[in-house]
Parts: sequence; C-alpha cells; structure tokens
Amino acid sequence: MSKKRLQQLVESLSRSAKHFNRGEVECLIRLFDTLMSASHSRFAAVGFDRNVFLDTLHRDFGMTDDVLMDRVFRTFDRGNDNCISVVEWVEGLSVFLRGTLEERIKYCFEVYDLNGDGYISREEMFQMLKNSLLKQPSEEDPDEGIKDLVDIALKKMDHDHDGKLSFADFEEAVKNENLLLEAFGPCLPDVKVHQPSVKKNISSYYF
Amino acid sequence: MGAALARAAQWTAAGSGTGTLEITPLNESLLNQIVKFAEDFSTRHPQEAAFVFREPLEWKTQLGCSAFGEGYEIDEATVQSEAKGEDGQPLLLLTASNIKVRNFDQLSHLLQINVDKKLKEAQACLEANRDPIVKILGPEYGTVEGEDTSMLRLLEKMKEDDDPQTEMKMKIAILLHQLDMQLLNSSLKHISQDVRLNPAAVNNEVNLLKNFSGKGEDTVLESLEYTSDYTFSNGCRAPPWRQVHGEICYLIIKPHDTDPLCITCSTAGVFLNGGKDEIDYERKSDVYKDIVTFLRERSPKFVENMANKMSDMFEEVSESSSETDEDEEQPVRHQEGSTDLPSEYWGIQKLAKYLRGGNPTATVIALCAMRDFNLAQETCQLAIRDIGCLEVLINLLDTEEIKCQIGSLKILKEISQNILIRHAIVDLEGLQIMVKILDSPDTDLKCLAAETIANVARFKRARSTVRHYGGIKRLVGLLDCTSVRSTALIPYQAKDTEKARCGALALWSCSKSTKNKEAIRKAGGIPLLAKWLKSSHVDILTPVVGILQECASEPSYRLAIRTEGMIENLVKNLSSEHEELQMHCASAIFKCAEDKETRDLVRQHGGLQPLSVLLNNSENKKLLAAVTGAIWKCAISAENVSKFHEYKVTEALVGLLTDQPEEVLVNIVGALGECCQEPVNRSIIRKCGGIPPLVKLLTGTNQALLVNVTKAVGACATEPENMMIIDRLDGVRLLWSLLKNPNADVQANAAWAICPCIENAKDAGEMVRSFVGGLELIVNLLKSKNKEVLASVCAAITNIAKDEENLAVITDHGVVPLLSKLVNTNNDKLRHHLADAISHCCMWGNNRVTFGENKAVAPLVHYLKSNDPLVHRATAQALYQLSEDPSNCITMHENGVVKLLLAMVGSTDETLQEAAAGCIANIRRLALATEKAKYG
Repeated sequence: MSKKRLQQLVESLSRSAKHFNRGEVECLIRLFDTLMSASHSRFAAVGFDRNVFLDTLHRDFGMTDDVLMDRVFRTFDRGNDNCISVVEWVEGLSVFLRGTLEERIKYCFEVYDLNGDGYISREEMFQMLKNSLLKQPSEEDPDEGIKDLVDIALKKMDHDHDGKLSFADFEEAVKNENLLLEAFGPCLPDVKVHQPSVKKNISSYYF
Repeated sequence: MGAALARAAQWTAAGSGTGTLEITPLNESLLNQIVKFAEDFSTRHPQEAAFVFREPLEWKTQLGCSAFGEGYEIDEATVQSEAKGEDGQPLLLLTASNIKVRNFDQLSHLLQINVDKKLKEAQACLEANRDPIVKILGPEYGTVEGEDTSMLRLLEKMKEDDDPQTEMKMKIAILLHQLDMQLLNSSLKHISQDVRLNPAAVNNEVNLLKNFSGKGEDTVLESLEYTSDYTFSNGCRAPPWRQVHGEICYLIIKPHDTDPLCITCSTAGVFLNGGKDEIDYERKSDVYKDIVTFLRERSPKFVENMANKMSDMFEEVSESSSETDEDEEQPVRHQEGSTDLPSEYWGIQKLAKYLRGGNPTATVIALCAMRDFNLAQETCQLAIRDIGCLEVLINLLDTEEIKCQIGSLKILKEISQNILIRHAIVDLEGLQIMVKILDSPDTDLKCLAAETIANVARFKRARSTVRHYGGIKRLVGLLDCTSVRSTALIPYQAKDTEKARCGALALWSCSKSTKNKEAIRKAGGIPLLAKWLKSSHVDILTPVVGILQECASEPSYRLAIRTEGMIENLVKNLSSEHEELQMHCASAIFKCAEDKETRDLVRQHGGLQPLSVLLNNSENKKLLAAVTGAIWKCAISAENVSKFHEYKVTEALVGLLTDQPEEVLVNIVGALGECCQEPVNRSIIRKCGGIPPLVKLLTGTNQALLVNVTKAVGACATEPENMMIIDRLDGVRLLWSLLKNPNADVQANAAWAICPCIENAKDAGEMVRSFVGGLELIVNLLKSKNKEVLASVCAAITNIAKDEENLAVITDHGVVPLLSKLVNTNNDKLRHHLADAISHCCMWGNNRVTFGENKAVAPLVHYLKSNDPLVHRATAQALYQLSEDPSNCITMHENGVVKLLLAMVGSTDETLQEAAAGCIANIRRLALATEKAKYG
C-alpha cells in the first residue's frame, strides 16, 4: 500500500470510526495487514476471511460460542461478502471496543437477531441459550429448563407482550439494567481478559 | 394521717417502735403538709382546736423558754400555758426540753411561734408519737394495719349516744382522716412505684446479673453474692424473724467503682442496709423497685457497662434467632407445602435453580429476574436465605464473572437491610469476599461492594471482620481520587465522587468501633475526609461528616479536625438545607469543642450564629440535641458567651426548658450553666422565668442532667434576686438532698452550688439549720475519696461556719478532726478551700487547739510553698487564726513558718499581707512573753 493511500485511509477512517485517533487507526490497519497475510482467501485484496476473524475472536477475546461468533462475523461483514475489509474491520472494532451504550445495544441486538428479521424470537433465544444450563439428570425433558429460562427472559424484557423482542423492547430493557446487554451470550470483549499478548494487540484499545 | 405515716413515710428503723424519719423528698413533703394542717387548725376549726387530747403529745423540743410570750407563765426552765384544761392542768407544759401539748390550739400556736424549725419540731413530735391519733382521740381510733374501719366505728358510736364530746371527736377524726387521704394521695406516686418483689423475681434478677459479673473491665459488677446459701421452702433466704418484715434475702454487691454494697431485697423493694461485716437490718437508703434500678443510682460504671451488655446481647439474640429460624422452621415449612408459603417463595426458588445450574449468561438472566421481586420485603429476604440462595449469591462473588458479581451484589445490597440477612452474610464469610472485590478495577463493582459492606457492618462482629481482612485500608482507598486524569475530567469526577460516597458510607458504618477509627486514621483517611468535606454534594458530605462526628470521640481526630481546617467546613454546612447533615455537623462540633482552640475557631468562622438560629428548629429532637450540645461546649469560652448573648441564646434556651427529652435537657441546662459566666445572663434567666423549671429539674434522677442542673442553679444563685426565687422554691433543700446522690460529680456540683446560696440567702444560718440532719450529712462528706467533692464540701463548710450557731453544730459533728485528716494533700484546689474552711472553723470554742492536737498545723505551713496565690492567701489566714493558740505557734515556728511568712508580707495582696503579718506578730508576742517569763 502506498504511503499516500495509507494516509488517505487513515484520514477517512479516523473520521468514520470516531472512537479511535489517527495513531490507533494506523496501528489497526497494520494489524489488518498482518491478519491478511494469514488469510488464504482468494479475495485477499478485499479482506480476510471468516476463519481468520473467528480465530482472532477466540484468541484475543476468549469467545467460544460458535453460533454467536458467527453472528459477530456477520455483523462486522456489512458488505455481506464473507470477508472483512479494512473499513469493516476498523469501524466494527470502534463499536466492539469503545462503542457507546447506544451503539453497543444496536450491535448486540443485531448479533442476537439470528435471522435478521428485526426481532429476537422465542426460537432464536432457545437457540442461543440451549447450552447455558448444566445437564441435570433429574429433569425429564432437558429442554424444559431452557424453555423456562426463555420465558423468564421474555417476561423480563418483552415490554409489549408480543412474545418476541423488538429493538425497542431490547433497548428499554438494557437501559433499565445494563447487565442485560449481553443477555443471550457473550459478544463483546470481557474486562477480565487481560492477557499480556492481547495487550499488545487489540485489547489495548479497550478501556 | 395514721395510715399515711405508717405506710407511706420512710422510717429508718425497719421494725416498729421508735425510729427516725429520714430526710427524703417524700418525707419532707409529708411533714410540710402536716405542719400546715396543724398550724392552720386553730383558725380554721376554733371549736375543735379547744378539744383536750386524751393524752398529751410529748416530745423533746429545741424551743427555748424565751420563745414563749403572752399567754404563758415562764419560770426559769419551765413554761406553762395560762390556758388550763378542766382538770386544772396547763394545756402546754415545757420542762427543760420536754414539751407536753394537750390541744390543737396550743399545737398551732407552738408552730406559729416556731417560725424556723417547724419541720424539725413536727418531725420530733411524730417520731416520739408514732400514732398521734390514739393520743389525741383514744385507742379506739387507732390505725389498725391492714384495715381502716375507724369511720365505721365512729358512726356506730354516734348512733349509741349523742354526747357532744363524741360529736367533737368525730369531727376531729374526720378532719384527721381527710388529712390522711390527702397525704396518701400526694405520696401515691411514690407508693405506686413500690412494685412488690417476690423471691422468684429476685432470684431471676440475681442470676441475670451474675451472668454479666466477674473480673475484667467490661463486666457490670465485680461480684454479687447472697449472704446465705440456705433457702427456705418459700424461696426466702432471710431468717424467719426478718421475713415477717417482708424481707426476702440479703446480697453483698461489689461494683467496679464504689465500696461493696450490702442490700436487702424485701417485698417492698430493694434498699441499702447497714451491714458491713454482718447484716445490720436498718434501712439506709430509699427503696428501689429492683436491684438494677438500685445499682443505676449507685454505680455509674454499672450503668455504662450494662448499656454495652444490652446492645451486645441484642446482637447475640438476633444472631441465635436467625439460626433457629433456619434449623427448626425451614423443614416444617417444606412439609406444609405451598399453602403456607408466599408465592414469592416459589418464584425465588425457581430462579435459584438457574443460579446454581447455569452458565454466566443464564445466571445473569436469573439475577436480573430476581430483582423484579420486592427485595425490600422481609418475605423475599428470608426466602432467599431459607432456600440457600444466599450462599449461591455469595459464591457468585467469588467468580471471575463481573456481570454475575454485579448482579449478585445488587441483590445483596438490597436484602442486607435486614438484620437477619446481615448476620447470615457474615456467617457465610461474605464480607471477606466483598473486601477482596474492593481491589477490582471495575468501579461499579467496587461501589456496590462498598455499599453492601455499609449495610452489613452494622454490628460489632461484622465491623471487626472488615478490619481483620484489610477492608478499612481499601475503603479509605476509595476516597482517594488520584485517578483523576487531565482528560475527560467531568465524567471521571462524577465517578470519583460516587466511588468516594460508597467508600464513605461503608467507613461510616465501620467507624462505630474504636479500633476502626484508629485504622481509618492509620490508613491516611483523615486528609481525604478533609478533602471531601470541601465538596458541595450532600450525598458525599453526609457520610463524611457522619464519620467525622463518630470519630471525634477520639482526641487524635479532634486535633486533626482542628488542624486540617475542617471546622470551617463543618460550620459552613450548619447552614445546609439538609437536616441530617446539619445534625452531624453540630454533633461533630459538640464533640470537638471540648478543646479551647476549636471553640475559638467555631467563633472565628462564624459558627455561633447558625447554631443560635438552629435553636428555632425545636421539632427535630436529634438535631436539637446536637445543636444544644454544640452550644453548651462552645459556651465554655467567655468570648463565645458574649456572642451568644448578642444572638439572645439564653432567652431561647430558657424557652426550651420544658417538654424536652432528657438528652436535649442535659445539653440545654449545660449551656445555661456556661452562659451564666456572664452576669447579665443570670438576670436574663430570671426574667425569662427560667429559675422555676431549673429548680424543678433538681428533683430528677438522670445523673448527667443533675450534674448540669446543680451547676446552673449554683451559677444563678450568685445573684441575690435569683436567690430569693430559689429560696422560695425550696431549691437549697433540694440541692442539699443531692449531697446524698451516689454520683460524685453530682455531690460536688451540689456542694459548690450550696456556697453561693448560703452567701446570698437571707437568714442563711436559720435556713441551713432547718434542714434536718443536713449539717451532719455535709460534714460526713468530708470522708469522700473524691478530691472535687472534698474541695466543694470544704467551700460549703467555709460558708456554713460563718454562722456561729451552725459552726457549733458542725463542731459537734466532728468537723475539726475530719478537716485535719485531709491536710496532707498536694491538690491546690483542695488546699485552698481546706485552708479556708480551717480558718473559719477556728472561730469556735477550742477548735484552734483541736486542730493543733490533730496535727493539722505543720502540713499547713508547707502549703506556703505552693505556687498557687489562692492557696497562699487562704493558708496565711488559717495560720493567722491558728496562731492565736500558743502551742500552734510553737509548731509553726518549728516548721520554719516565719521565713515563709516574711516573704508573703511583701505581697501585693493586702489580705495575704495582713494575715501573714498578724501571724508573725502572734508568734513574736509569744516569744517575748516567754523571754519575759524566763528572765523577767
């Protein structure tokens, strides 16, 4: 990449990804380049592929849930082309690492709305929570507990009582109780992850 | 009056026969009423007054022949009335000091001429005639203990014959009966307090007290033992011949701060008996309803430690009850099924399942759902504990999951408002984990932990747990706001304030333990508190001032509050809009203003005016207590008194003297006492009508209040106009009665107060003599071990001795040897008043010689080496008086008095000069006479 083009990119990204300053944007672009070289995608010129992204999520932020990791990838991948461009990378991280509460609510809702229809349905919740309970041999139907938990979550958050969570429902619930931001599973970096290797990388932009 | 005298009056002898009436307020009021009745009898019932008694009332009078005038034939030591009975015998006959009176006319007259000693006379009469009605009307009118049928008998007699004599008798009997009823009514208050004790009640109380007694500083008593191990079948330990008097048992009690007390527990109550080595059954004190009430009057240490024990016990009781709730009631509840359990119980139990068996995501959902229950409700709080959910919540604190920790703390913070939950959290070692969380980098989490600690650390064990696990240091750390960075200042400042607020709340709860106060100081908390005190947010100011006023009990804090400039801010916040904050500021000033520099600072920062203004808010009693306390302590400095005068504080305080809780009254009266330093305030108190309520407070029982009231009344008495009112209200008698109070401070202040009273009362000598047994009482106080009591009593004796007749009486009571015993003291205050007392007591009989014989002279000479000019003056005067006796002169000379006195002759103090010169002259004269005799 030419110096001039890099300058232009930094210039435009530090305006669109408003939580980073120029220096930070420059570092993230360099990190993007590193990840690119690891990617074996045919579209190397556009961005890196899903595997590299999921790898990063797992390594740097300790994420393990496949369903959610995939949804995080989809949320980052605004162009819907199965690879993360440098713009998607930097702008996505701006919300992921330093987003305001509003930005993060919007981001999380998008992650949890598995089919992208604007609602988190009972089924989607079930899907996301299905591994959240330890298997209890005494329970006749192991799904019974999950359904119960979905009911509890709905009771707590479904303000208009239509049996599913709209963005408005979700936003109101989280504003009342911040703990519900990641109600259906971890999709944001966790404070407790402070491994030295990460510090040098992405997490150092998080505070 | 038969019944009243037999039942209500307090006689010293436990049995019947002759006894003496004690000087107690009750007896005095009974006697006063009887005197008034007898005195007015001749004018109100002239016919009945002529009725001749069946037998004369006979007693030893103090009245001399000279007192009788017209209507009496006086022949040397014999006086007889001109009026004679039908039998030709005089109706009044006085031979030597023996007096016989045979009708009410004479009795009234006798009391009328005996202006000053009425009470004493009535007392002597009643002591010698235990059932006067029998003597007056005949044995058929006697009071039969247990029933009063005299009226019925009279009616029967009336029917039988219509002899005018009987009708007269009946009328007198009715009059006497009316008096009896009146006396009984007026003493009803006292009598109604006579809760009748029984052996079981006494035994319970003894066992309770035994639990709290033993060696060590914090017990309520050193020991308490029955005098006898043998218990009769009725539960009494007293021997049968004493049981007939209602006595149950005898105890020897050793308090921490007084001599051992020998007490009698009787059905009428508890009182001190005369026993030391063996039981002397005679009653020596008032009767109290139980042992605890008795000890409250006797031992300040008992009161203090008892209060501590009670609060400890409350904690223990609530603790053990929480255990029994869980162990015993819970299984029963399970068996009973849903019918008895509130629906919340099942809802919470369902959520608890997901707390136990869920990953962090499920846990957070369950925690958030649980907060939808009304956690302020005890049903929910106890449900959480009873289904074991509390343990899960505490375990969640020990995970790495911040969201779970926050969710759990949000619940714990709410439910720890409940005392049972607090104890359970401590039992489950929850505090240790919360203290650990204070190290977390997450501010929200730290704040929640601190707020929860603030709730939990409301009892002793919890507070020490916080300290033992290093919580105090970490909480003080929350007050530190070095994390403020130059960038993004505003949001960080808000976060810092919130963090400090939570830390301060927790420290406030913890600061109720002395060791924690010390720990806060050692952790560097004081400068941080000083910093936050400059804040303008009431949320942070209230806990910060709360901590400061709590810690101001420690001298180190008081010094720091002064030197770190905190007084200015405390004063500033006296004008806050928030009453709680105002109260804590006033409390802090109350505690700190013990130090003079602080009092000056309060004035310099303009704090006296807002304090005065706050007196108008008399509805909030806690605030009023703090404000009046602050005014009291500030008024110790004379400059502040002048300021308070400007703000008309004395007027306001007098206005608050009625209908206040005792804790407020103590402070108001304390403040008035200090305001009296300025003479103008003494007149203001009078003009505002403050003297009657003050005198009335002298009859109270609260020791702290009595200490202040005696001081205030004494200060008022320095104005002759005030003294007239005090005298009229019988205030001096009340002060005198307080000399019997067990509290040494009350005794001393009462004695100090008596001094100006004697100086300023009209006919002070007569007044003092009218207090039956009063002189003996005050002389005996010279046996006290308390220096302040001794000094005050010496000062009172100095004043008493100015009246020659009284000096004679106290001499008979042995004042000279008692004063002589005290001379070997180093205390200058005592020396000053002792020397004064000695010089005044020299004025009677052989007292000068007796002082010499009791070896009082040589030590007095050494007083001249003291550095206190007041001691010099008093001593020189005493020596001058003593030098009138030749052998004293020799003793003085041997002890090198001349050289010391010669130095004093050059003093600028004229009184000292004269006394010193006079003493030297006496010594020289003796020397010359001796020379002359030798060589003459």
